[in-house]
Amino acid sequence: MTAETHAFPSLSLVPKAAAPQSMKDFKSDQEVRWCPGCGDYAILAAVQSFLPELGLARENIVFVSGIGCSSRFPYYLNTYGMHSIHGRAPAIATGLAASRPDLSVWVVTGDGDALSIGGNHLIHALRRNVNLKILLFNNRIYGLTKGQYSPTSEVGKITKSTPMGSLDAPFNPLSLALGAEAGFVARTIDSDRKHLQSVLRAAAEHQGTALVEIYQNCNIFNDGAFDALKEPATRDDALIRLEHGQPIRFGAGNGQGVFRDPATGDLAVAEVTADNADRVLVHDAHAAGPTTAFALTRLAAQDTLHNTPIGVLRSVQRPVYDIQMQTQLDQAVAQRGPGDLATLLTGSDTWSVD
Amino acid sequence: MTSQVDVAESTEGEPLSEPSPGAGMLGSGGDRPGSDRPGRDGQRGDGKRVTKLDRVVIRFAGDSGDGMQLTGDRFTTETAGFGNDLSTLPNFPAEIRAPAGTLPGVSSFQLHFADHDILTPGDAPHVLVAMNPAALKANLGDVPRGAEIIVNTDEFTKRALAKVGYAADPLGDGALDAYSVHPVPLTTLTVEALKDSGLARKDAERAKNMFALGLLSWMYHRPTEGTERFLRVKFANKPDIAEANVTAFRAGWNYGETTEDFAVSYEVAPATAAFPAGRYRNISGNLALAYGLVAASQQSGLPLFLGSYPITPASDILHELSKHKNFGVRTFQAEDEIAGIGAALGAAFGGSLGVTTTSGPGVALKSETIGLAVSLELPLLVIDIQRGGPSTGLPTKTEQADLLQAMYGRNGEAPVPIVAPATAAECFTAALEAARIALTYRTPVFLLSDGYLANGSEPWRIPEPQELPDLRVPFATEPNRPDGSFWPYLRDPETLARPWAVPGTPGLEHRVGGIEKQDGSGNISYDPANHDHMVRIRQAKVDGITVPDLTVDDPSPASGRGGPTGGAGLLVLGWGSTYGPIAAAVRRVRAAGGRVAQAHLRHLNPFPANLGEVLAGYDRVLVPEMNLGQLAHLLRAKYLVDAESFTQVTGLPFKAEQLADALTAHLRTADDTDTADAVDTTPEAGRDR
Repeated sequence: MTAETHAFPSLSLVPKAAAPQSMKDFKSDQEVRWCPGCGDYAILAAVQSFLPELGLARENIVFVSGIGCSSRFPYYLNTYGMHSIHGRAPAIATGLAASRPDLSVWVVTGDGDALSIGGNHLIHALRRNVNLKILLFNNRIYGLTKGQYSPTSEVGKITKSTPMGSLDAPFNPLSLALGAEAGFVARTIDSDRKHLQSVLRAAAEHQGTALVEIYQNCNIFNDGAFDALKEPATRDDALIRLEHGQPIRFGAGNGQGVFRDPATGDLAVAEVTADNADRVLVHDAHAAGPTTAFALTRLAAQDTLHNTPIGVLRSVQRPVYDIQMQTQLDQAVAQRGPGDLATLLTGSDTWSVD
Repeated sequence: MTSQVDVAESTEGEPLSEPSPGAGMLGSGGDRPGSDRPGRDGQRGDGKRVTKLDRVVIRFAGDSGDGMQLTGDRFTTETAGFGNDLSTLPNFPAEIRAPAGTLPGVSSFQLHFADHDILTPGDAPHVLVAMNPAALKANLGDVPRGAEIIVNTDEFTKRALAKVGYAADPLGDGALDAYSVHPVPLTTLTVEALKDSGLARKDAERAKNMFALGLLSWMYHRPTEGTERFLRVKFANKPDIAEANVTAFRAGWNYGETTEDFAVSYEVAPATAAFPAGRYRNISGNLALAYGLVAASQQSGLPLFLGSYPITPASDILHELSKHKNFGVRTFQAEDEIAGIGAALGAAFGGSLGVTTTSGPGVALKSETIGLAVSLELPLLVIDIQRGGPSTGLPTKTEQADLLQAMYGRNGEAPVPIVAPATAAECFTAALEAARIALTYRTPVFLLSDGYLANGSEPWRIPEPQELPDLRVPFATEPNRPDGSFWPYLRDPETLARPWAVPGTPGLEHRVGGIEKQDGSGNISYDPANHDHMVRIRQAKVDGITVPDLTVDDPSPASGRGGPTGGAGLLVLGWGSTYGPIAAAVRRVRAAGGRVAQAHLRHLNPFPANLGEVLAGYDRVLVPEMNLGQLAHLLRAKYLVDAESFTQVTGLPFKAEQLADALTAHLRTADDTDTADAVDTTPEAGRDR
């Protein structure tokens, strides 16, 4: 299978399925054990119904997760999977992907798993650009440990561990990812299956590490955290749907637009008028530099979530770690021939005893 | 060469006394107190004498920046090629360049070479090369009276002397009268030799270690071609530097040949009898370990994946393996210790031979992932090159204090097999053995080496590939249930190993994880009885690992009350890198008539099946360790045996003499007076401490 004929060139090394697949093929026989009403159900269904689209041999797909509610994900997919330990999924998946370029490796993680205990592995996976698709379920709370604030919780959050309000300033996961040299950064929402799948598709097409932040509702410990982005009354004014090559406009009648401040280079939202309509920023996900993508990640208000961009913020090609690693191995063989153990052990300085 | 089996092969004892002081300068090796092999003199036509020696211990000491490790390495390589048996002890500070001329900045390299089978780098040097006052001061305490000391007089300035607290110049105030001192203006002579090289004085001075190497090479009749070749390759891009080093090296040789201060040179004949027939090379523990891993990859047919984070003294394994990409070896320098083992475990899930290399602090960080590997039941090698602890401890010094960490350092009941090489060369076979256990039983395995084995070197008989074990294990390829499904935890009834089904295998899609699972199906299970069963079966799997029986070296005639193989009442039992000093000590004690049995553990979990029987066969068991008695603790707990500890935690290996004294003391206090009376190692004892 050559890259030209593959629907997903980034997966050209992964064997294709012999026959068409359906959502049913990707459901495991395990009972799903999330709380009723959890946003994870919607994401699971979206992923299960998306995977057949890839057309990959199911046995060549692997989901690796850490610890947390979202990290139970692999158990419910009939692929290969590993439910590992807290925060380490990107590291484990890196070893798997780097040693097996014929696999499609996905990481499922949460805001605590990826950004708190596993923050180091996340940023290093992103900078290395291993062929991993990282799905970061962000519910802005610790669910599995029953409701402590997380590294994405808003300041002042009242939780079991912060009765007078949390003090820590939160991470913006996409700003962090861009700072870590991520080549692919996107955001979507659990309840919008169409958008979620379009982002998964773009992530799958990307060669290298893709980070997809999925806003996910925890209806037990942080219910309604993303209502501003979901309620018909508010969502149009809150959500900025990014489309590559299109002016960034949103709100009722597309009356709002994103503009660049010529003085600072920063981005701001303003009403679109006849005078400024031609100055609305045109989204370029493939821009070489990360500056504008970074500015987009800073648009949203942390408390109200107004002006939250969703879609693909950045998608640029960078050298892919696992491919380069294989290339070095191939080069070594080309230059020195396949390794010969007897020659290696003998070395250059030897003597004989008769 | 240190023996690879428990039974010492050579009947040659190491000298009962400590090193022969000032061997040559006394005119004849035969004058050496306590020497078991008199030297023989030969007179050359030019008035220079050649004395034959059976063994020599040399220590090169200088500033961290003086190139002492390189100098020692070169001398070692030439000595190995010449056919002597040898053993080395590099000793250097953790600081890369501590302030010049200070005591903490002193770096040294000790080399013991002989015409017979030897086991240790030597308790004390016959010859000390001191490149500056700090090197003299830091090492003089280890040098027995009468020994030769070569000093670089150029560095003995008022300021340099004051820096290390010498009120007066020890070269002039009689402080060294008990030694045979060769004052040599090494720096001046080197600069003079290089005056036509066009090098700046500062650059020329840097070649003084090669001058010293040349001088020592003359003194001990070492071959020179290899070093000249080495220098030209090392400095291939800087031919002027290469030539300067070669010139300095030759100048040092010629200085020895011409100056009257060096009237004697020494011959140490090749150790022909010590070596079984074969092809040999010199090898350090870390290099042997790296080669063992490549060999394990080849013998198992699995690609090697090393996930590692740099840490002393393990980093050289990462460096070495990164050179062997044409063997399909993938090396991954991770962001931290946890990612190093995580990536290795991920690769193991994908069907690689997953390895992580580290030292004690790294093991602490990897513990949770090792527990995951125990739960996932995937093969994984965890290689711990132990160093002084706790915490950062002594990064460049040796210790054996991670045994209990390897044994127990995880949450929950998480048994992990442990293997430990006894010598530098044995690191090769230990890597293969660790891989055998990991692959056969689908388990993480600890390999415990240490800084002494890692950096020390010795001759190694290069094995033929056909001598190496077949480590191939089959991946699961078919469903294993009557209904056509696949159970990832359906065990092999003999080994209790679960099937290894790697991604890419159709029909065997399955999920594994750190949550307790149902035995067989592998599905998540919180069932109390199942958890109890799983805890016990994971333990039973490790307990059931087949390991070779412990062999005991007990040549004393059976007395009816001794051990299973001989008549000694005292068994000395060690593990890991203490093998050399223990075996050397046992030789000394036996040569003095003492009855002592020796055994050395290569497998610490599980222990060899006959260990309990061996222990029960001796009245007393002495366990020397470079910790506070960790193996003794395990033995006492498991076998209810009154094992006694003999411990040292100095960051340095035991000295043979010290262990011999300990054994002798035990024999004296034993009831077996026949044995005790037979021992007399007193004349030279204690001089070294």
